[in-house]
Amino acid sequence: MTTNKIYVFKRFERFWHWSQAMLIIFMLITGFEVHGSYSLFGFGKAVDLHTLSAWTLIGLWVFAIFWHFTTGEWKQYIPTTEKIVAMIRFYSVGIFKGAPHPFRPTTLKKHNPLQRLAYLGVLLLIGPLLWLTGWFYLFYGDWQAWGVDNFLSLEWVALFHTAGAFMMLTFLIAHVYLTTTGHTPTSHIKAMLTGWEEVD
Amino acid sequence: MLRRIKTALSALASCAMLASLTAFAAPAKPDTTATTPQAVADTRQNNTSTADHSKFKELDKSFKTGPEVTEACLICHTEAAKQVQHTKHWTWESVDPKTGQKRGKKNIINNYCTSPVSNEKDCMACHAGYGWKDSSFDFTIEKNVDCLVCHDTTATYRKLPGDAGHPVYERREFPPKSGKFVDPADLKKIAQSIGKPSRSNCGSCHFFGAGANGAKHGDLDSSLQHPGKYLDVHMDEKGLNFACTTCHATSSHEVSGSRYNMTAAAKGPAHIRGNPDSSPAACQSCHGDKPHPENKTALNRHTAKIACQTCHIPEYARNDIGTELSWDWSKATVMGEDGKPFVRKDSAGRRAFDSKKGAWVWDSYVIPEYRWLNGVSTYKVIGDKIDPSKTVQINEVGGSPDDPDSRIWPTKVHRGKQPYDTVNNILTIQHTGGEDDTALWHNYDWQKAIGAGMKAANLPYSGKYDFVSTELTWPITHMVAPKEDALTCAQCHSKNGRMKDIQGVYMPSRDANKLLDMAGWALVLLTLIGVLIHGGIRILTSQKKG
Repeated sequence: MTTNKIYVFKRFERFWHWSQAMLIIFMLITGFEVHGSYSLFGFGKAVDLHTLSAWTLIGLWVFAIFWHFTTGEWKQYIPTTEKIVAMIRFYSVGIFKGAPHPFRPTTLKKHNPLQRLAYLGVLLLIGPLLWLTGWFYLFYGDWQAWGVDNFLSLEWVALFHTAGAFMMLTFLIAHVYLTTTGHTPTSHIKAMLTGWEEVD
Repeated sequence: MLRRIKTALSALASCAMLASLTAFAAPAKPDTTATTPQAVADTRQNNTSTADHSKFKELDKSFKTGPEVTEACLICHTEAAKQVQHTKHWTWESVDPKTGQKRGKKNIINNYCTSPVSNEKDCMACHAGYGWKDSSFDFTIEKNVDCLVCHDTTATYRKLPGDAGHPVYERREFPPKSGKFVDPADLKKIAQSIGKPSRSNCGSCHFFGAGANGAKHGDLDSSLQHPGKYLDVHMDEKGLNFACTTCHATSSHEVSGSRYNMTAAAKGPAHIRGNPDSSPAACQSCHGDKPHPENKTALNRHTAKIACQTCHIPEYARNDIGTELSWDWSKATVMGEDGKPFVRKDSAGRRAFDSKKGAWVWDSYVIPEYRWLNGVSTYKVIGDKIDPSKTVQINEVGGSPDDPDSRIWPTKVHRGKQPYDTVNNILTIQHTGGEDDTALWHNYDWQKAIGAGMKAANLPYSGKYDFVSTELTWPITHMVAPKEDALTCAQCHSKNGRMKDIQGVYMPSRDANKLLDMAGWALVLLTLIGVLIHGGIRILTSQKKG
């Protein structure tokens, strides 16, 4: 079997991915402390750090959204049903038998159909859920001035924010594990670090 | 040679060190413990006056009584008495603008000394007037307004129980049989040296309410005459050194900031004294409703729900004086083993029992009880029906989480046990002070004392009494701590924090939806187990092949 390399992840994309990853992990740590799950930094410090990370992440997203639209990379997340059954079969059966990966990434199609769905879910569901509820959380003191205090309750905002956090944590665990399912266990991670993916 | 230079240098250095040490050494601290009202040399305030009262011929005569002094004051201050007569300090009455209820000491029954009715001669030692000895007192006589109790700067003007508000005119032993004597006030000297009210003027009554230092308020006691920064950031003698009236800005003798009509939720930016519709005594009048630095938005967010006092007065009665937490009148008239009345003090030297008055519980550094308050308090007034099967609320404090005018406030809840008429179900008025046959503190007879008190109050009395538990809830607002001592986040944002009994507000870290938490962690755990199993099988199958 010969090994080929293709260039999948551009420099900005890699920067975006890793800084976002660190911020999200850090926000999970501080966020669940604010939620009362454990004590690490102390409540007040955790709130400050969580808020600071939130603003940083918003800044990062502004650039990321700009990048996606100007480069047309947003098309990578358009969902497709093509090969989706094959993918599921691969993860549930084929992977244990050493069957070949049914998806071969290219520069134009770098995500497999399950990745596309998962990332789209993160970008369109979990992300907005978190930042929308987080925004209201952050500006709780202005609710009265905005006139939203009559129909919005902090309890529900917090509930959805926490639900989003659980989904993000679940995604994180699955995502990290699935990075080991490439050509070799580390080839996906190497690709995310260097930009070059090893393919069959 | 070198050695010599070294020696000389080190000698010089030690001299310099010694010199600097002496230069920075703090001067000996004056003894600031005070148990009775004392003058604060408040020169800063008095020097601002444009008049020297010792130069006025109207005051250059020997006054025999308080009313004589007032007549002299009114020669120039023509409107002063009329102004005072409109205030609570004179009427002992306060009308709730929202409910119309008439409150004030004249109308309510509290669970400390209960009521001044039938005890005026004693209680009116704290009335800003002369001669209120019974219900026949004429509230329109101007010369009976007491100017000196608020404007004396000599701290020699004292009004004792039994004189219906008159100062001491003849040398008298006080307390009786104590061996201590109170000299008559030099009214001329006092009149000639009057000034703006200082902390000791206000404190002479407000520090000693309920008959003992700190007993009543908890956030007001004699320690505020010479407070350090720890006790009160604004009144700190070496710092801002505020008088009471710095916050309680007064106009036409109307003192701002009253518990009866409190401002529970002042809104908007700081206006100092510029907004006639807003209480100058509220913190926000100087600090605004976004008082923290702009980078502390998380703190400023709290002002929508929390009173400043909640975080900035983490404990009240922050001294050894302490405050009374309960007063059990049912223990009054209990005699000692020898059949005679007795008194007992607690380990800190505070009154714990007195056959005349019952039993007390005191505490210092008290953690407040927190309540939603909107500033409207409905009191039990004389004659109001009670339900003796429950703890009677002397005042029902208004406020709810949904009310935009409510904030979470620290309160002192004073718990009492006091007599009520078991047939008519009303709290009773008792005649306590005095030397007559019906006075409780003279004859130790509840039946006679209640009979006389109820008669004086024009209330029916069935002749049957018992004791009922009562609660009185007051906001805490004085003794503002330095910011370093304010509550920290986790003191409330935790499972069993300060706010554990506060309903209607979601507090991160205290509150969580249990169902969501269970479902969320289950999802996370299952995912983790799932990938571990998946990964495990991959390792196993690859080893088999390998």
